[in-house]
This record gives sequence, structure tokens and C-alpha cells, in this order.
Amino acid sequence: MTAPQRPVELILMRQLASYLAMPIMIADHARTLLYFNQAAEALLGRRYAETRETRLEDWMRGLPLYDEAGQLIPPEERPLPVVLRERRPVHRRLRLRDPDGPLIEATVLPLEGQGGRHLGAAIIFWELAAR
Amino acid sequence: MNVTLWGTRGSLAAAGPETVRYGGNTSCVEIRGDDGTLLVFDAGTGIRRLGTSLGEVRRVDVLLTHLHMDHLEGLGFFGPLYQPEAEVHIWGPPSSTQNLQQRLIRYLSPPLFPVRLRDLPCCLTLHDVPLGPFRIGGCDLEADLVCHPGPTVGYRIREGATVAAYIPDHEPALAVSDFRREPQWTSGYALARGADLLIHDAQYTDLEYPQFVGWGHSAIGHALAFARLAGVARLIPFHHNPAHSDADLDALIEGARRTNPPFEILPGQEGLSLQL
Repeated sequence: MTAPQRPVELILMRQLASYLAMPIMIADHARTLLYFNQAAEALLGRRYAETRETRLEDWMRGLPLYDEAGQLIPPEERPLPVVLRERRPVHRRLRLRDPDGPLIEATVLPLEGQGGRHLGAAIIFWELAAR
Repeated sequence: MNVTLWGTRGSLAAAGPETVRYGGNTSCVEIRGDDGTLLVFDAGTGIRRLGTSLGEVRRVDVLLTHLHMDHLEGLGFFGPLYQPEAEVHIWGPPSSTQNLQQRLIRYLSPPLFPVRLRDLPCCLTLHDVPLGPFRIGGCDLEADLVCHPGPTVGYRIREGATVAAYIPDHEPALAVSDFRREPQWTSGYALARGADLLIHDAQYTDLEYPQFVGWGHSAIGHALAFARLAGVARLIPFHHNPAHSDADLDALIEGARRTNPPFEILPGQEGLSLQL
């Protein structure tokens, strides 16, 4: 049984992400992490080919996020769940995995399709130290 | 259902002695349900002859895939629009900024066209195509956005157990590197899956395509790979390049058949009519 075809906007978003050099992840409205590009693989330390599609809850359990002060961000306050729930963009500084790790910036954009369809969200990471 | 091709050319009408067999008219396909439901897909220049063949019409539904001129330029010459007793429904893809009427009158109004939409004598209703299933007469339809510049849909038409798919402008190769592996990431797959007939963009030869990546069209090799992925029974390569002569298209079809695909390939010739 094949998974249903994705909306063309997500198909094109994935294609664009695969060409861009900044780390990008794509999730659908049903809280499934659909894709992350090679730049994100390097940042996250995971390979998309091994991870494939993952429930957001499972993903978040394996990747804690900390705020600028080093405090753990509760799962539903992380940028992606906020964007999927509230359908508005979020920009936040955070640390991956380690409360003392380097600060990165994350911009999460809702993906809204024709006819008011809420398709999901795209996360763009910006590594401050690397720029 | 019965399917008739009234216009098979893409981009620009291409009348002339070198295009007599495949035809020079731009996209227009008639699908007639067994109960008489009359569906017309796209309003390229082929729609003029279709309108002439219909005579007096009670209801006709014109379903546009998008509003590029080669899919719209025949609309003002469609006979039923001028029949006071005719009920004409025009369906087009939704836009986030303007409704279908606002977009259609950019063409159907002076100075581009002498007759205004509001002055047409028929009973005209315009619809934004729902992205999902809907029903017209005895046919169940499904529309979905596909990979082509601007809001563009393809259609899946089902009557009983018979399914046809119409995706005349489509560049799935832009977003998928290997058609065999990822149907869920292939634009148009849900529309074409298991269809008895797929009418699909094949504007370019495989050699021509690299010059036109991103223009929204397929090479014949992409059409074949897409049809194979979707598991269709028949493929009609469509939306022919206006620069391709009958001889060029014969060679294109012959080359496609030599790949021994697991489906039948029918040449997309104007006037072709088949019962599914």
C-alpha cells in the first residue's frame, strides 16, 4: 500500500529545500516530519534516508531544544508545534541537544495552500557561528 | 465514456501542411458520459469545432486546467456561449487573489475580445474548481494542483468503473529524480493512478527537454515513466510542441513504443475518438 500523494506545494517545497544550502525541514499539518535536506542532516546529525518520515512526537523526544538561557523548551512550546497549531510564523533562538551548545536561529513558516488548505510548515535553521 | 480530441497542440496553434494529421489546434478534449453528460476539458482553439459539432446544447461543463492562452483562446468562439437556452458552466482553478470571473474577463473583454462575458446570451455559471472530489451529471471528478507555473490542475474523471485522467501541462520531473521510487512525492500521481486512459503532456523529445527545464512541460520519456508509475492502461502523449511536424511526432510515438511499455500508446491526433 503506497502512502497518499503529497500536495504539489509540499512536493515543490521539498524540491526547493533539496537545492538550498541552509538547513531546512518540512512537516505536514498532521504533525509528520516529512523531509530534511542535506544541510539539515549535517546540523542534526541524522540522515534523512535512515530516518524517513517520522511522527513529530517521536522526533522531539530524540532531539531536546533549549532556549537562550539553557532552559528546556516544552514540546508544545517548540516553534514547529506552535506554527502547526496557530498557523503563524515563529522565529526563535535556541540550542540543539545541549543547554550549553551553540545558539542557532530557527524560522518556521506555515505552508498555506490554495483554497485555505493548511499544508504544514517549513523550518529554516540559521547557524550563527557558521556565518 | 467516450473521449474525443479536438485540439492536441501546446503553446500555440500550429496550422499548416506539416501538422495536418496530429492537428494544429490547441488543447481541447471532449468527454461524453454514457448518460450524455458533456464535459469539455480546456478551451484551446479546438473548442470552436467542438462547439460547431454540438448543435443545440442544454448543458455543457467546460473545465479549464489553467488560464494560459493556449487553453483559453478558443473560449470566445464556443458556440453554446451564444445559445440563450444553453446552460454553460465554466470551471477553473482557484487563485488566492482573484476569482475565475475576474481572471477570465482579462481576456474576454475589449480590447482583446469584442464580446464581454456579461453580454453572452447563454446561462453562464463560473465555478472555482474544488480541490478534491465533485460530481457533474453521471461523472465523478477529482481535481488537484499539479507541477506547472501558476495555479494549474489536472483532472481525474470516473464513470462507473472507467477512469480517465487529463493532465495536459505537467512537469513532474521537476520535483522527482526517480519516478520508480516515490509515488507519494510525484505530482499528479493520485490523479492518474490506475487510469484506463491518461492524456498527458509530452511536449518535448528527451533531447529537447534540458533546454526547457522549469517551463512546466514533460519530455516523452517523462510521460512514459509517469504512466508506468501510475499503472495506466493507455497513454495519449499530448500538448505537442508547435514546432513538431507530423513526421517528428510519428518518430516520437514510434520511439516511445520501442521502449515496450506495459500500456498502450495512442498517438494524440486531433479527431481521435475512443470509447472506454
